[in-house]
Amino acid sequence: MMRGPGGGPRGAGPRGMMMPGPPQSARDLRATLRQLMARLRPEALAILLATVLTSAGVALVVIAPRIIGSATNVIFDGVLGKELPKGMTLHQAEAYLKTHGHSQIAQLLQGTSAVPGRGIDLNELGMLLGLTALLYLAGAAFSWGQGYIMAGVAQRTIFGMRRDVEAKLTRLPLRYFDSHPHGDVLSRVTNDIDNLTTTIQQGLGQLLTSILTILGVLAMMLLLSPLLAAVSLITVPLSLGATLLIARRSQVHFGRQWERTGTVNALVEQTHTGHALVQVFGRSRSTLEEFSRQNQALYEPSFRAQFLSGIIQPTMFFLANLNYVAIAAVGGYRVVTGSMSLGDIQAFIQYSRQFTNPISQIASQMNMLQSGLASAERVFEFLAAEEEAPATDTVAVPEALGHVLLDRVGFRYQPDRPLIEDFTLEVQPGETVAIVGPTGAGKTTVVNLLMRFYEIDSGHIYLDGVDSARLARDSVRRRFGMVLQDTWLFAGTILENIAYGCEGASREEVIAAARAAFVDHFVRTLPGGYDTLLDADATNISAGQRQLLTIARAFLADPPILILDEATSSVDTRTEVLIQEAMARLRHGRTSFVIAHRLSTIRNADTIVVMAEGRIVEQGSHRELMARPGVYRDLYESQFGGALELAG
Amino acid sequence: MNLVRLMRSALAPYRRQVAVVVLLTALQTAVGLYLPNLTANIINNGIAKGDVGYIWGTGAVMLGLTLVQGTVAVIAVYFASRVSMGVGRDLRDAIFSRVMAFSAREMNRFGTPSLITRNTNDVQQIQIFLQMALTLMVGAPIMMVGGIFMALSEDVRLSLVLVVAVPLMAVVISLMLSRAVPLFQAMQVKIDRINQVLREQVTGVRVIRAFVRNDFESQRFSAANTDLTSTGLRVNRIFVLALPALMGIMNLTSVAVLWFGGGLIGSGQMPIGNLTAFLAYILQILMSVLMAVMMVILVPRAQASADRVREVVSTEPSLASPETPRSPGARKGEVALRQVSFAYPGGEASVLSGLDLEFLPGRTTAIIGGTGSGKSTLLGLVARFYDPTSGRVLVDGVDVREQPLEEFWQGIGLVPQQAYLFSGTVGDNLRFARESATEADLWRALEVAQARDFVAAMPGQLDYLIDQGGTNVSGGQRQRLSIARALVRRPQIYLFDDCFSALDAATDARLRAALREETAESTVVIVAQRVSTILDADRIVVLDAGEVVGVGRHRELLGTCPAYREIVTSQLGEEAAA
Repeated sequence: MMRGPGGGPRGAGPRGMMMPGPPQSARDLRATLRQLMARLRPEALAILLATVLTSAGVALVVIAPRIIGSATNVIFDGVLGKELPKGMTLHQAEAYLKTHGHSQIAQLLQGTSAVPGRGIDLNELGMLLGLTALLYLAGAAFSWGQGYIMAGVAQRTIFGMRRDVEAKLTRLPLRYFDSHPHGDVLSRVTNDIDNLTTTIQQGLGQLLTSILTILGVLAMMLLLSPLLAAVSLITVPLSLGATLLIARRSQVHFGRQWERTGTVNALVEQTHTGHALVQVFGRSRSTLEEFSRQNQALYEPSFRAQFLSGIIQPTMFFLANLNYVAIAAVGGYRVVTGSMSLGDIQAFIQYSRQFTNPISQIASQMNMLQSGLASAERVFEFLAAEEEAPATDTVAVPEALGHVLLDRVGFRYQPDRPLIEDFTLEVQPGETVAIVGPTGAGKTTVVNLLMRFYEIDSGHIYLDGVDSARLARDSVRRRFGMVLQDTWLFAGTILENIAYGCEGASREEVIAAARAAFVDHFVRTLPGGYDTLLDADATNISAGQRQLLTIARAFLADPPILILDEATSSVDTRTEVLIQEAMARLRHGRTSFVIAHRLSTIRNADTIVVMAEGRIVEQGSHRELMARPGVYRDLYESQFGGALELAG
Repeated sequence: MNLVRLMRSALAPYRRQVAVVVLLTALQTAVGLYLPNLTANIINNGIAKGDVGYIWGTGAVMLGLTLVQGTVAVIAVYFASRVSMGVGRDLRDAIFSRVMAFSAREMNRFGTPSLITRNTNDVQQIQIFLQMALTLMVGAPIMMVGGIFMALSEDVRLSLVLVVAVPLMAVVISLMLSRAVPLFQAMQVKIDRINQVLREQVTGVRVIRAFVRNDFESQRFSAANTDLTSTGLRVNRIFVLALPALMGIMNLTSVAVLWFGGGLIGSGQMPIGNLTAFLAYILQILMSVLMAVMMVILVPRAQASADRVREVVSTEPSLASPETPRSPGARKGEVALRQVSFAYPGGEASVLSGLDLEFLPGRTTAIIGGTGSGKSTLLGLVARFYDPTSGRVLVDGVDVREQPLEEFWQGIGLVPQQAYLFSGTVGDNLRFARESATEADLWRALEVAQARDFVAAMPGQLDYLIDQGGTNVSGGQRQRLSIARALVRRPQIYLFDDCFSALDAATDARLRAALREETAESTVVIVAQRVSTILDADRIVVLDAGEVVGVGRHRELLGTCPAYREIVTSQLGEEAAA
């Protein structure tokens, strides 16, 4: 995206169009969270319902291993019972075992309810397992319900934020767009919103589930065996610590990787863009060497970051196994001593696995949450930017004739840099004002003030006798038609783009406007005619045709006052002639302000406003200005003198 | 399968490391599969028999094995990262050096933005895919096969549970994917759409406000937003079903294992500890099914990227130095085009046809004509960015195709239409044309290019940092620096491609006067849009639709060449052409 040298402060440039930075964290976490909470408030009921469902689901899933434990006990009892002679009581069996030298198994019996001589109680086992299956099914259903509700919450919240961001765009003053790089604004309203969507969509429900699961599992573990719970808890800080330690180290390398990716990408971008220059100036070899060096420099941190983040999983796995062995050993001892049943151990082992999962999940989600919050902050910042003061018509909107009076107008972009002071200019309906000056002289400033893109600091602008400050901005702008060099078209059909000039225009009216702008013929040569889709940057038609379409748009709007920017950009001669004729036709009978480059336009203008370095330096008719030495005469002679001399 | 082909060649230098990764992963999986066995033993021989010593002993063995497994996994990740990041680096190098060798023809075919994406995003996609493949996916099949083997060896009948569970999971997953993937793609399109509307609102803010169309824009946005939200909701509601469904299947499978296992244990056909081991195997098998599915999701994306990367790497540059180069005796800068025609491959009409022109040292030739008349292509032929389809371009008497490329380019000073600057200091940019240039040389070039004053006024002067593309200087300044750069080269032939357009008339005039002096000995070819730029050229060549329709000085052409008159009239008005 290369923009020509824009006048005034628009030169903000496309520098901000880079990719968004690496995930950083929000600067003011508390304020951002508070604003996010406020956004979620309308969803409080849904979130509450989701929380209830999650709690229920978690409770069921947490209880299930306990019941599975009982089922295991039933099996174990059956195995033990079968070994014992039928008809004995448990005490007799114990004594029997002890006398046969199986004192440890005898001890084991104390923790069971085995019936000597009886095998596995299939009825009970079936009942328990059936119950477990039901619990799991219900748990899955609840957790699905929760996901279903939270998907709605996330989508509605993001919908609202998108809506507000767009509404904000319409309320911001032009000054905001001119003083912030477009890339930065775009990145806030697109990338940051997308990033936040991911965070809310994936983060919210999961976070809820993870936290509730940790609580539920912890409760069950404590209930089963405080001793074993204590054993498991020892590994929690270990795994958390290990994760954090590794993550912090890998984060450093990820940051470096991001940074160097930027360097390499920039090098790729500029070498490919300047391909011809690199070749013709014989820099291929040195550029290749430089690239190899940067590429290698990127490889090092990439490898380190991948490696470090890759060892988190094996580490967690090791710690989980450590935990497992500890539980098996300690628990086995407890079973042997009869203070715990085998089923309870099994249940406990399951719990300890469920316990470490959500913890590592939260740890792995921290990055996403952080970057989501950083994005949220940038969006909230954008939403908090100062808006244009609303303005409404405070007087009757006068009939549109095209009389314009600038009365002692003063304006500056920066308070300490005076630009336009005491500027007075009267334009009768139908007259033409040519604004001339070298590039960068601030010719767009006049446009900005007339259209009320910026508010003047002093003086008045009267439109058909009424102070424009007493009209709504929209009322002011409706009187103007604008054809700029920056031919903005949107992705839509040609018909829609021309119809943009006038709400509710019929197809016939659009075609009439196109005909007036000499673009009808061209449009008809396109395969889709007026319904041809223009792509995002309207690159499928030439610059000249784009210009003609914007002229057609102005025709359709049929305004009493025009602001025209004569093209200097690369347009072929024939189209150029068409553009000129179309502009001349458009100007007919309308008051026009023309940013002029063409000799004939300038010479025939009723008033010429000469600008240099942002200020108005001269003003008058061609004859008046040529009569005295000054910027205009110099400009005129250097630019056109030779041509006239040679031609004359 | 471009992905396979690309991977085969890209992984060739890393054959050993990949083998190590596979081996270590197999070892890691084997240990993982053996661990449940030990658990079974702890239960069967330790807990069920009340043998505490056995529990501790086996526990210690388990810990040792876990430690081995962890270490093996870390080493595997080490090599996997080396390989995947190394392949990324190699691919970037390969693409970059290939593109460097491309001629303008290949550059046009791919387009600069596309080449940039290929060397950045696409390589990144492949890199991520490879990392995932080497760390997670290599293990999945090993785990699945090993798991099934172990489950079978524990108990064949109980393994039948898998016959139900695995297909059930596969069905659930593929059903979900078949519904979610199209929706997901549709959602991407809608996200692009909404971002496009926002982009248009930001870039077109002046037009929107000028035509008072805020409401229209808001409606357009609102429609896109509603559309996106409803699709997003549908996709996510499918996705939130995935986890509960899969977890449900896994949990129910373990319930089934307990039920059938209970029966087997009851009839004495299986020791109770094996039940626990069996459950562990089942879980591992199902997890590897999940991994396999992930692979299926990732492959198409990596495949698309591999296609795009291979397309670049397998394209042969159309320009190369000749095998037996011939250098002209003396480099004076005499250019001659003999019956030169040029057409783009696949293009219907010729861009240039039958051109016979000479550009001589000490003379300035201007080329003028409408868009598409072939002006820039003509310069491209002289600079040997393209070769003519027919005819010959001779420089100093030798066909340019026979001259060694680098040496030939030594004699060319090009100022392209897009005045492009590189990131770096002003000095770096100027020395881009000739590394050995002294500071005095640079100032001299700046002086001629009318850039001395503003460079002198910059903080740091020659050390002033230019942003990439030169976005922190104005368009006019960019053009002047770009001209100064060509001057630093001191070539025999100057090619100026419409590079005065952003200059105001006064600067333009001064610059041309200074240039005339500086390039008095050189061959100068100027492509121009503005008639005022070329009024004083020694010779003006008027191009129309790829053919020369007039050659002469301004005055002569006004009388003899209608196409030229038309151009003059449109720019300077009737009286100038009169």
